[in-house]
Amino acid sequence: MDAAKRPNKLFRNLNSKIASIPMILTVLVVFVGGTTWTVVHSFTNSRLLPRLDFVGLDQYERLWSSSRWMISIQNLAIYGICSLILTLVIGFALAACLDRKIRGEAVFRTIFLYPFALSFVVTGLAWQWILNPDFGMQSVIRDFGWTSFAFDPLNNPDIVMYGILIAGIWQGSGFIMVVMLAGLRGIDEDIWKAARVDGIPTWKTYVVIIIPMMRPIFVTALVLIASGIIKLYDLVVAQTNGGPGLASEVPAKYVINYMFQAQNLGQGFAASTMMLVSVIIILIPWAYLEFGGKKNG
Amino acid sequence: MKLTTKLLAATCIVSVSAASAVELEVTHWWTSGGEAAAVSKFAEAWNATGNTWLDGAIAGAGGTARPIIISRILGGDPMAATQLNHGRQSEELIEAGLMLDLTEVAEAGGWRDVVNPSSLLDSCTLDGRIYCVPVNIHSWQWLWLSHAAFEQAGIDVPTNWEEYVAAAPALEEAGILPLAMGQQSWQQSGAFGVMAIALAGEEAWRAVHVDRDEDVAGGPEYARVFESAVTARDMASGSNVQDWNQATNMVITGQAAGQIMGDWAQGEFQIAEQVAGEDYSCLPGLGEAAILDTGGDAFYFPVNSDPEVTAAQLELAALMISPEVQVAFNLAKGSLPVRGDIEMSAANACMQKGLEILADGNILPTGDMLFTPDTQTQIEELMAEFWTSSMSAEDAQSRYVSIIAAAD
Repeated sequence: MDAAKRPNKLFRNLNSKIASIPMILTVLVVFVGGTTWTVVHSFTNSRLLPRLDFVGLDQYERLWSSSRWMISIQNLAIYGICSLILTLVIGFALAACLDRKIRGEAVFRTIFLYPFALSFVVTGLAWQWILNPDFGMQSVIRDFGWTSFAFDPLNNPDIVMYGILIAGIWQGSGFIMVVMLAGLRGIDEDIWKAARVDGIPTWKTYVVIIIPMMRPIFVTALVLIASGIIKLYDLVVAQTNGGPGLASEVPAKYVINYMFQAQNLGQGFAASTMMLVSVIIILIPWAYLEFGGKKNG
Repeated sequence: MKLTTKLLAATCIVSVSAASAVELEVTHWWTSGGEAAAVSKFAEAWNATGNTWLDGAIAGAGGTARPIIISRILGGDPMAATQLNHGRQSEELIEAGLMLDLTEVAEAGGWRDVVNPSSLLDSCTLDGRIYCVPVNIHSWQWLWLSHAAFEQAGIDVPTNWEEYVAAAPALEEAGILPLAMGQQSWQQSGAFGVMAIALAGEEAWRAVHVDRDEDVAGGPEYARVFESAVTARDMASGSNVQDWNQATNMVITGQAAGQIMGDWAQGEFQIAEQVAGEDYSCLPGLGEAAILDTGGDAFYFPVNSDPEVTAAQLELAALMISPEVQVAFNLAKGSLPVRGDIEMSAANACMQKGLEILADGNILPTGDMLFTPDTQTQIEELMAEFWTSSMSAEDAQSRYVSIIAAAD
């Protein structure tokens, strides 16, 4: 029975399976293959060119004793937590405002979404100028007469990450707003009517009814934001290039610098493997909760 | 139809001209005013031979450009020639057979006899074969001082580091930044290297850089260097420019009194039409020890499959080191020529000082030749952290010792 059934299953939807072969190959060769290769070489002492000369955990020991790596991780944590919360809150708030059928919705939607059309490099350079104390916001406000005004995050090691955060949120929240808006539009009008008939205040309708209904949308937004956080690199390079000093270094920059500038592939690979591990640690419990539960239940 | 014909005609013209003249793409990271003026001397000389120089300038300092250059070579899309600092950066590329062997050209041109100091050619050599053309000598050990700034503060232009440090309070009072420092780690670690040679002395420097002696790196000579670095950090607080030429510009305009920067800063003074000895002074070795390191730029020629390009590469290599081109290039760049046999009477007062030190043989190999990029990156990281935080001299020194201990 089983033997007869198996080929059946394999050849079901044959066309779609053939169509997905290129993607399957890409995943296997590029993602899985490339990842394995990187992880294997992170245990070697490869310099400019990869070579299989194993040194055990040396690269990892050096990585975790490097103060630059520790600073990078802290910075990513600050950026990640703030960016996740603020982007979701701002994105949802903007979407909810637009969803109240305001006049000129299309205009506002365009304005809010526009930053997303810019690359991180352009965003970073633009905000580098805006936050420049001699030409940007600080000098404009001082020219208005508030001469003691000081806002110079990019040259202050203590708050430089927030300067980068501002640019990141400016760029990303418009897109999250659109995703949220699509979700809000997908809510049946009758639910609003029913809530109104029951006399539930608008804010409570959002919190108790609408947001729980939008769970898949929030999950999508979360994945989009989180992937943007872990690969944070170009924004930092354009805005501060890791400075002042090491104050705005991030893990992805550590990887690139060690692979190419310091010509120490092994160290770069060890760092990128640690980035992968951290993603997996977050991803697996979440995927288990999200997808594993349904199969069992 | 018409457009197609035009395009076809255009293609014909392009291919015909390509047959008679070889177009070589040359990548480099010389993008500031003085540097661009210098590289155009190469381009002019090369174009004068009937070939075409395709300029591949990469914006940003060497740290930005090198990865791009190396990944192009590794990725099988080599340029015809590229700038690299000679030293250990290209060791593995040569070992992998990716660089053109220039030994025959070098022998024909007698490079062994004319290149001075010969260490420049040694760092182009691997297993007796020559793989790069040194084009200039760069030394980091210069302190540039603005006469206008000291005049405004009402003090004489200092002649050594101690006097300069003593002048800092008066400069600050006059609203002048005592020391301009670009907030990039290579500048910060470069300035530290200058202080190490000038203040710890040649012997201690050699012990650390050549023999990797941890005891010396942790000893009293280097303690003095780290203490001076703390002083310099205080003098530079408030300097928030990024690029080195912006910092040099602060000295040129008198907003800052001085800058520790290599002799490439000279090109900027020249472009601004300042006169050495009148508008600005230069103190080799911070005025403490007149020793220069002899780093420099070199051109490498990645292996190419087209024999015509290979022939042109060899021709370009010979051209770059020829006497006339050396004089024109180095005068524009403010660096010293690699040939000991040419007349540099047109050089200004600062370059003459450099030439004298070179002739006396007070030279050291550069960090690029002695440390791997890996060790250099670690030192740069330490310096970046040191210059922007309030790290104490002792902490910085102990971390420096551990980097030296781990260096390979």
